[in-house]
Amino acid sequence: MRAEFWITQTFNGLSYGALLFLLASGLSLIFGVMRIVNLAHGSYFLLGGYIGLSVIWRTGSFPLALLGGAAAVALIGIGMERLFLRRLANQTLGQVLMTIGFALIFQDLALLIWGGDPYSLPLPAALSGVLTVGELRFPRYRLFILALAALIGAALWLALDRTRVGAMIRAAVDDAEMAQGVGIRVPTVSMGVFALGAFLAALGGVIGGGFLGVYPGLDFEILPYAFVVVIVGGLGSLPGAMVGSVLVGLLDNFGKALFPELAYFTLFAPMALILALRPTGLFGRT
Amino acid sequence: MTRITTRILALVLLAVFVVPLSAPPPTTAQGAPIKIGFLAPMSGAFAQVGKDMLNGTELYLDEIGRQAAGRKIELIVEDDEGTPAAALTKSRKLVEQDKVHLLTGGQLANVGYALQPFIDGNGIPATYPVIAADDITQRKPAKWIVRTGWSTSQPMHPFAEWTIKNTKYRKVAAVAMDYAFGYETIGGFQHVFEEQGGQIVQKIWVPLNTNDFAPFVAQIRRDADAVLVLFTGRLALQFVKQYQEAGLQGKLPILSGGTTTDESVLPQMGDEALGVISALHYSQALDLPANQKFSKAFEAKAGKISSYYSEATYTNMRWIVEAIKAVSGKVEDRAGLLAALRKVDIKDTARGPISIDAYGNPIQNIYVRKVERVGGRLQNTVIATIPNVSQFWTYKPEDYLKRPLYTRDYPPCKHCQ
Amino acid sequence: MIPRRVLAGLGAAALAGLVAPALSAYPLTLLTQAAIIAILAMSLDVLLGYTGLPSLGHAAYFGIAAYAVGILTTEYQCAFLTCLVSGVALAALTAAVFGLLAIRASGTYFLMITLALGMVVWGLAFRWVSMTKGDNGIAGVPRPELGLPWSLSAPLPFFYFALAAAVAAWAVLGLLVRSPFGMGLQGIRESESRMRALGYNVWLHKYLAFVIAGAFAGFAGVFWAYYNGFVSPADVQLVTSVETLLMVALGGPGTLAGPALGATIIVFLKNFVSVYTKRWLLILGAVYIGVILFAPRGVLGALRRRST
Repeated sequence: MRAEFWITQTFNGLSYGALLFLLASGLSLIFGVMRIVNLAHGSYFLLGGYIGLSVIWRTGSFPLALLGGAAAVALIGIGMERLFLRRLANQTLGQVLMTIGFALIFQDLALLIWGGDPYSLPLPAALSGVLTVGELRFPRYRLFILALAALIGAALWLALDRTRVGAMIRAAVDDAEMAQGVGIRVPTVSMGVFALGAFLAALGGVIGGGFLGVYPGLDFEILPYAFVVVIVGGLGSLPGAMVGSVLVGLLDNFGKALFPELAYFTLFAPMALILALRPTGLFGRT
Repeated sequence: MTRITTRILALVLLAVFVVPLSAPPPTTAQGAPIKIGFLAPMSGAFAQVGKDMLNGTELYLDEIGRQAAGRKIELIVEDDEGTPAAALTKSRKLVEQDKVHLLTGGQLANVGYALQPFIDGNGIPATYPVIAADDITQRKPAKWIVRTGWSTSQPMHPFAEWTIKNTKYRKVAAVAMDYAFGYETIGGFQHVFEEQGGQIVQKIWVPLNTNDFAPFVAQIRRDADAVLVLFTGRLALQFVKQYQEAGLQGKLPILSGGTTTDESVLPQMGDEALGVISALHYSQALDLPANQKFSKAFEAKAGKISSYYSEATYTNMRWIVEAIKAVSGKVEDRAGLLAALRKVDIKDTARGPISIDAYGNPIQNIYVRKVERVGGRLQNTVIATIPNVSQFWTYKPEDYLKRPLYTRDYPPCKHCQ
Repeated sequence: MIPRRVLAGLGAAALAGLVAPALSAYPLTLLTQAAIIAILAMSLDVLLGYTGLPSLGHAAYFGIAAYAVGILTTEYQCAFLTCLVSGVALAALTAAVFGLLAIRASGTYFLMITLALGMVVWGLAFRWVSMTKGDNGIAGVPRPELGLPWSLSAPLPFFYFALAAAVAAWAVLGLLVRSPFGMGLQGIRESESRMRALGYNVWLHKYLAFVIAGAFAGFAGVFWAYYNGFVSPADVQLVTSVETLLMVALGGPGTLAGPALGATIIVFLKNFVSVYTKRWLLILGAVYIGVILFAPRGVLGALRRRST
């Protein structure tokens, strides 16, 4: 029985962390390249979920919902970045207010378009149900989330590490001025990374829709989770986002299961610990 | 900033300050409309509930042509944003600026408690169609508030007895939202259940901002006979789903507070909700003629099935209108209107017969329901009716009130490990 | 030489004081709210406008003081002065503890950490039911008894009470930001490294600013509890912190009077707009964006620029 508990909980924590990775990696990368803190990031997650919902209602296709939701929000992200955020580099207060303004607008628009009822994304049969291994039960959807996040994580890593575009991004993160100086078109790279970040968050939203649901208020409820992952892992670091999301997922899950009286605070324990030891996060840079 | 922008800004600021400060129109003549102030969350996370509440109210008003006792009825709707501070501010506006004759609405318990001193202090008749916090009509009864809805533990007392008499469940684990609504639901059930030989063997409280229920579901004692739950809104939707994913559906039956399967979330659920047994003072599937008429009319108006929120405000409005008729439209006599509100006694509301007890809470039927799929859609089929249930169940009010309010730690979990 | 801004601010307060008896209860209620929230906005300005530290968890200190008053008045029937001192002290203490964690970080990290800390207080408000009554909130907070000939239960006397508090807070904070300490804060906002090179203890300056800002937020919270007669977790939610940030930006960061004006505008705007449309959140969002686009230095900042 004890082994079953630990295995199940580890699995739950990992799969939850996988979802957090999708959400937080975009936030981290965006900050790394553009030094922009995007408080509408939770809104991207929410909008992705709602758009994915509409797509699947209309077409019945889960892959189309994933792509549609993520792509649509990526476009919204590009729009926000090009037209509004570009002029606010390094102005923390300005970014905070601008992005909060957008978050409020998105929240109300979502309420207007989709109404206030909570929804669950209908899942394809292949991803529903449970995989039983002896006494253990692994919901197929959670397995899917784990697999997909791992795949995307690996793809991102390889892209950043092995490709030219990845090198350009890394250069821009390291030192944007120098990168511009050696001929890298930093504004274009920035826009691309912003779009990617929004894409990932929205993808997380569609996937989360089948598991956490899509409902008004999700945007601001999920935002602290993204923040905690990024604080733990360090801004601007992909390995940080990976390690951070796994850590947060596991600690939150085990914390709630073992210390239910502290359930409200299990999210912040890893954060407080990291802050005490390394104020810029595990892999972060100032 | 350009000159034009400055001017626009100045004009906007002027408007923003001047309009609220301007005087309200005079409304004292007898032929003048009856004004009813309506408060509900119309924005933010609970906006859908507010919408349901408003739809129920307006459905009834439209049915009677928005008039009663020879006077027009004017409904003034304000958004309480789901917070006590905003509810207080808007109430002040409704009572002091709009000069309403009656205040109604509210959804959250803390709004209910926050408005109580204001309502009693101003001596304005008020009704709460949805707010169910137990104490508002118990240890701290408000003089000017009449509840036309329910109190949280009211359905749970008879539900516990029904469980003892009709099932073999004697060891029940409880999983509920970590706030007063959850405490009072579980507490009410536990009180009667343990008195009649049952045991609550576990209490798991789930924070309101939970999105992954796995760590909580994993803790549920698998040796219990059944699980008693209380969730609302999106939490209900996700809990039932994740409960199924953990393999517990069918193995560990769910008993629940009525809001968990309320029609505001039931249509969004799937097969995972089948078999859940709950108790509430209403079900959309209730086979009463008044309900069938109301249900159909509501679906036509709102495009969705009637939840308990919409029935609550529909019946609430009917209640208010009956009181207005009883005082022949003389709503300016506040004490008279309040007395009339307390004396209303309708036998054929959409949920059955209702009368008011001495503390201002309804005495009504409680329905035990089971989620079934009928005609292709999920519904709360009524499997038992317990008539004439008051908030005190079979206890004498004086004895009941000697006990403390149901809280997180009361009744104590004697059989928990 | 009294700056024009100070004269204008005093003038506005005097005007409000003169006009108040002529107003009906509802607009008076809004003015009272504005006065109290102005204190909160000014406290955040010390941190944000003068020191350059954007905090997304400022409502925590506001709420803690409000809860202190709520608990002390309903459980222990304490007098006004005791409640006031306790509330402010508790808020300052919390800021002192949180500051140790938050000041370690800067910029974006600071923002995120203050948000997380604010959420911890929110969680505490829900969880510590025996103290805070959880989600139900604490009702029945009586108006203070000051032995004055006018009862503070009436709206007009309480308005003057709140106005006096706001003017007092403004005066004290004004002296603070004009002092050498305040000058040091502004220097830190401009360039931390330069201040360090000049020999300032930057950490101590930031930390003290954090604690002082928290203390004054607590001051506002005390009056908020008395005004509403009610305290609930909604008072410490994220939305409150975010709105306070907007008030500072709208009015003009680094001016003190600006955030007070911003608070007044937002209080009136919220209540005005929501009467006419359900989409007031959308409009509020547009206001946020509009402020950054058209008036990045806030209303006062823009007015100041025009006059030079």
